[in-house]
Parts: sequence; structure tokens; C-alpha cells
Amino acid sequence: MRTNPPFAALTTPLSGGRQQRHWDARAALNFMLGGAGSGLIVFAAIGELDAPWAVALALMLIAGGLGAVWLEIGRKLRALHVLFNPFTSWMTREAFVAVLLFPLGLGSIFVPQALPAAAVAALAFLYCQARILRAAKGIPAWRAPEVVPLVVATGLAEGAGLALFFSQETLLIVLLCLAVLLRAFAWVRYRAAVTVSNLLPALYGTLPIVVIALASFYAREAAMLAGIAAVASGWWLKFSLVTRVAPAQGFTLPRVPVRGAR
Amino acid sequence: MTRWAMVADLRRCVGCQTCTASCMQKNATPPGVQWRRVLDLETGEYPDVKRVFMPVGCMHCDDPPCMTVCPSTATRKRADGIVTVDPDLCIGCAYCAVACPYEARYKIDGIATKCTFCVERIDYGTANGLTPGIDPDATPACVNSCIAGALHFGDADDPESNISRLLAENQHFRLHEELGTGPGFYYLWDKAP
Repeated sequence: MRTNPPFAALTTPLSGGRQQRHWDARAALNFMLGGAGSGLIVFAAIGELDAPWAVALALMLIAGGLGAVWLEIGRKLRALHVLFNPFTSWMTREAFVAVLLFPLGLGSIFVPQALPAAAVAALAFLYCQARILRAAKGIPAWRAPEVVPLVVATGLAEGAGLALFFSQETLLIVLLCLAVLLRAFAWVRYRAAVTVSNLLPALYGTLPIVVIALASFYAREAAMLAGIAAVASGWWLKFSLVTRVAPAQGFTLPRVPVRGAR
Repeated sequence: MTRWAMVADLRRCVGCQTCTASCMQKNATPPGVQWRRVLDLETGEYPDVKRVFMPVGCMHCDDPPCMTVCPSTATRKRADGIVTVDPDLCIGCAYCAVACPYEARYKIDGIATKCTFCVERIDYGTANGLTPGIDPDATPACVNSCIAGALHFGDADDPESNISRLLAENQHFRLHEELGTGPGFYYLWDKAP
């Protein structure tokens, strides 16, 4: 027996809708704060920082980033649904790693031997963030494979910069210099992949930091200034990457229709 | 297997946007939400310019990037190729929106929505012995409403279907094929050589 055809699929009135082509500052904060926090945990482990506050600050930053992205989602009470697709979604994987990272990080505050494990989880968190951007095929500036080393290197440089607020050991100063140089290298590769190669932004974001960091061998307080510069430049880069340079693919017409007489 | 797909004959589309209006009416979408849009494009250089109208929307891809990235599994692909969104699972993170190269996603009431190929009509039709793309009760609203006969719908896996014949008789392309998404939406632009 035939039933009536479903002419109207939706029966409840809907409020206004909109087309969303990119993420805004709330999502960018997740990459900025999460990257800096996870980088800080890595360098707290490498530098063997005897400062529980470093890990505590890192966890607060990561929590702040996740809180910011929670404010972006449309159905906030369904936030736990983010855990439903670990098989293909890097956003789910990031959430699972965060679930692992927080107990490990908190544990390392009381049991320093857990810090290396927390650092591994922090690195995984950072990698997941980079892959989140890489998986977005609709945005050419994100889908380039070179975005992965760029986001990871940027997070590490921010973490090295923050670590200098807790200790100005020579090892950490050298690591900061290496991290910002790595970031510059990743930037040059990324820039060449998505547009035309341009070394100048990499130089602007790297040379002053390295110079200030080297100056800190004469005045240790300068190390913190280099750290601030590394964090600020990294955050500006990621804020721009997530919000400002994220236009969608757009449409192309590969063939023009042939109409009328040839 | 069945693979539902849509065909737009760019030589026939006149840009009247009746498909857009009928889609909005049928799906009760709010103002500003157009699951079926018609782009008004200008090609060439003066004085050799042409105006081309291109219907766009969800391409119901073979390998939909929106489904891969979706953290909540709200976006799924049916065996017949139709990509769906479960409104009860979607968290409205908009990851699908930035992953879709076709700008097909709209947020309504905080969740992602898009063209469904009027899936309930197709299911109704197949359950009642109708042929989607041929019988209006089993055919997407945009196809039914097209005044120029530019939009067609059918089973791309059936060599005898209406759209398989159109694809065989005409040259066609799909949008952003280089991304490997495998769109289920074809554009006809000339007769087959």
C-alpha cells in the first residue's frame, strides 16, 4: 500500500541559519593555548624543570584552549559526542589525548617521574592539533602537508619560550634558539608550498628572538624577553593561520558550456 | 549496487533559481540557507565573455571529507552514496564546514545541515516501486522544479538509467576532482565527440 509522499521533511519551525566558511578566534585559541601548553610540558621534561607550576600553567593553558573551542560549538551540552569518532577524526583523537594528558600532567606535579610520559602525551596532543588543520580539505592554506611541521614547531617554540620563565638555564636558552630556527624552517617550507617562497617573515620572527636569547648570556633576564617574543610571534602566526588566511576553496569552471552554433 | 547522483546540464541552466526556491520550500530552510545554490559566473575577457550558471550544493562524495573529520559520527554515508547528517549527534563544531571544498554546509539551530538529495523522497519511492529521477514523488525537489530540464537525478551505477545515458552522450566534469573526493554531481558541458 502506498503512503503519502513526504513533501515536507521538517515540521518544526527553524530559527535563522548561516553558512560557516571558517573558524573564528575561539577555535584559534585552542591552537594558540593548546600548542603553547603542550610545548611547555615537553620542555619542562627536557629541561628537568623543578617547578610544578610549569606543568600546572601548561595544563591551565590547554584547558583554556579546550574551553574556548567548547564556546564555539553549536550544541555545548553534547560536547562529549566529540569522542565518538577516533577512527578517522583528528578532533576526536585530540580529545582522547587530552583525556590522557590531564591525569598524566597532574600526576607529574606530585610524582616527577611521570613527567616524561606527560611530555609524550603533550607531543601527541600537538600533533593531533596539526593534523586537524591538515584534514580540512576545503581550505587550501590548511590542507598542505607542510602545515603539520609548522604547527608542531610553533607549539614547541612557544613552549620553549614559556619554559624560560621558570628557569634561565643555558640548555633551555639554546633549545629556544633551536626551536625558533626549526619554526622558521617549517615556515619557509609551508610558505613555499601554499604560495610563493618568502624568507622575510621567517627572518622577522626568528632573528630578534635569537639575538635576544644570545644576549641573555650576559643578562639572564633577557631570556624571558626572548620567551615572550617566541610566544607572541607563535600565537600571532596561529591566530592568522586559523582565522585570517582560511578562505574556502571556492569554485572553478573547468569547461565552458558549448551552446548554440559551433 | 545503487549510486544516486545528480547531473546538471550547464548548457540548459538559465539561472532562474527555481531549484533554490523549491529546495527552501520543500525543506523549510530559513532565509539565508540555500542547500541548492546557483552560481552566476562570468568567463572570458571582453568582448568575448560568457555568462554561466552553475548549480552547486552537497556533492554527496564517494570519499566525503566532511564525514572523515566529523568527531561525532553525525555525518555518514549510506550504501547508495547519499551523505547524511544525524541532527541528534551533531555538536555544531563546523569542522565539516571547513573540510567541505564545496561550501555545502549551513548551520541551523547550532547544528550542521546540507542537501540531502531529498532522501526521504528517495526512500519513499524505492519502498513504493517508484524510480527516483523518473517519478516526481521519488525525485529531489530541485530536479522536479527545474524549468529548463537542466537538473537530472538517477542511479549512476545503472548503465540503463537516465543519468548514465546523459553521461555517455555528453562530455562532463566534476568539481575539484583533484582533491579525490569523488563527487556524485556531474556537469554536462558539450556533446560527446
